[in-house]
Amino acid sequence: MTLFYLFGAVAVIASLLVIAQRNPIYSVLLLIASFGALSGLYVLLDAPFVAVIQIIVYAGAIMVLFLFVVMLLNAPQEDTELDARVHPLMRPGAMRLGTVLAIGLIAELVWALTAINVSGSFPPGPVVSVTTIGRRLFTDYAFSFEVTSVLILVAMVGAVVMARHDPARGKR
Amino acid sequence: MTPLLIAQIALTLLIFVALLSSAAGMVYFERKVAALLQQRLGPYLVGPKGLLQPLADVIKLMFKEELRPRAADPLLFALAPIISATLAFAAFAVVPFGAETTLFGLLDTPLRLQVADVNVAILVIFAISSMSVYGIVLAGWSSNSKYSLLGGLRSSAQMISYELSYGMSLASVLLLANSLSLTDIVNGQSGTWFGFVPRWFVFLQPVGFLIYMTAGIAETNRAPFDFPEAEQELVAGYHTEYSSMSFAMFFLAEYINMVTVSAVATDIFLGGWHGPFLPESLGWIWFLIKVAAILFFYVWMRWTLPRYRYDQLMAFGWKVLLPVSVLNLIVTAAGVLAFGL
Amino acid sequence: MPTLNDYLLLSAILFSIGTAGVFVRRNLITILLSIEIMLNAVNLSFVAFGRALGSADGQIIVFFVMTVAAAEAAVGLAIIIALFRHRESLNPDTFTALKW
Repeated sequence: MTLFYLFGAVAVIASLLVIAQRNPIYSVLLLIASFGALSGLYVLLDAPFVAVIQIIVYAGAIMVLFLFVVMLLNAPQEDTELDARVHPLMRPGAMRLGTVLAIGLIAELVWALTAINVSGSFPPGPVVSVTTIGRRLFTDYAFSFEVTSVLILVAMVGAVVMARHDPARGKR
Repeated sequence: MTPLLIAQIALTLLIFVALLSSAAGMVYFERKVAALLQQRLGPYLVGPKGLLQPLADVIKLMFKEELRPRAADPLLFALAPIISATLAFAAFAVVPFGAETTLFGLLDTPLRLQVADVNVAILVIFAISSMSVYGIVLAGWSSNSKYSLLGGLRSSAQMISYELSYGMSLASVLLLANSLSLTDIVNGQSGTWFGFVPRWFVFLQPVGFLIYMTAGIAETNRAPFDFPEAEQELVAGYHTEYSSMSFAMFFLAEYINMVTVSAVATDIFLGGWHGPFLPESLGWIWFLIKVAAILFFYVWMRWTLPRYRYDQLMAFGWKVLLPVSVLNLIVTAAGVLAFGL
Repeated sequence: MPTLNDYLLLSAILFSIGTAGVFVRRNLITILLSIEIMLNAVNLSFVAFGRALGSADGQIIVFFVMTVAAAEAAVGLAIIIALFRHRESLNPDTFTALKW
């Protein structure tokens, strides 16, 4: 139980800091910390395969991609007229309203979930092994599996096409 | 505090100290072997046959001044070597190096010779090696210098490219071993065929072994794939601006990563701790011999082959190694189906 | 022992934090990061429900969600790079060319 609170607290605090940071590199690194905490929560939920895949795919590949883009673009911080003095979450107008609405969303979700009280503790059960997942992926979910491979191919082609320099068209 | 718990804590400390000493030993080993390959003497002044040379190196590094460039980001500059060194040690936590032992009957339940026994051990090693990209890319970025940034970005791009072939060669071994746990994989290699050929997976997967070693050398940024940290090209790449103990941390991380790659290669391809003439409980001696052989191969590669240029390196990783590893996986799968291994 | 409710609550909190990030922040990369937070919160509830019902389906769906998130992050970052080349800014309020 203490492990659950520890990992949960790290995940929530890291996510809060992600949206509160001015410097995008710190945001990316804090998000990696949040993913690490979520990976620990998956281990607590008897899902070791998902926990390790979370680290390999999310923290190890997707976040590296984010970090590369932030570094190569030398991403500027939010440069509105109010930047230096007012924190991004507190700026007047639409942003302050957005913060208030988000707090309202949390309050409503917490109230709703504590009101219904979905039935108690987890039934005792085995750790789902990688063999089971593999077998189900290739039999019951085989079509979805093949479709995701086509999806990844499409995403690769799209990303390369959109991000490349195009000297033929005379732009840059 | 059962005796088993005390034994496990002692084993963890022993592994930690052994890794540190292996890094120090590698310093001496590399310089001596390099010297002998180049027909010169190498370290011979400090201590008998130069054996105290690593100690002299460590003392020198500790006494150097710790510099930080003024424009460097202080938090990330300090964090990058810590990340590299910590992840290097963490990867070795799931590698077993001997059979279960009861320490000559002192323990009731046998003690596994590894820090943690997880049943997805191969995936954990893969996960930690994909996280080690961060130490390098943060070092390059936070130093705020053009050589560091170029070196850091090139090095991390190289590491993530060769991770794919690395994972594919691991997957081919999984097909043969039917388990993700390293202990099970080693135990699947016990016994012999025809009485004298050991059942190592390297005989069933020769191409897979070559792919694994190539990708492993690229992952640890060693020659011939060390363009990002080569002196003639990029000053020192991502660790240009580091000095004293921070530099020592990167150095340490590189050597321990080499030891981890060699240890995993021994476990999955060369039969781990199984070997003739010795009882199972002394299997760790065979393990050390095999790891030492692979480390010798590493050092030999460095001082024999010329360096790959960066675009040649990336082209090789994507256009040659990845298709070969996928083909290897398909052929292995077909073989397992056909021969029912 | 944590109950299913605790995991759902944590997932709801993370999802709201992600939503707040998308509404409030004016930096395209931070907006994409907040979308990733939301996807992770959803993954957490899938795995929790899968464990509560004792089936592997929760984890398989997480596998697909992660794949889709990876593809979306790649394409989203490519779009950000292309946009940055035009206006040298990552603030979504500068891209007003299609406004009436």
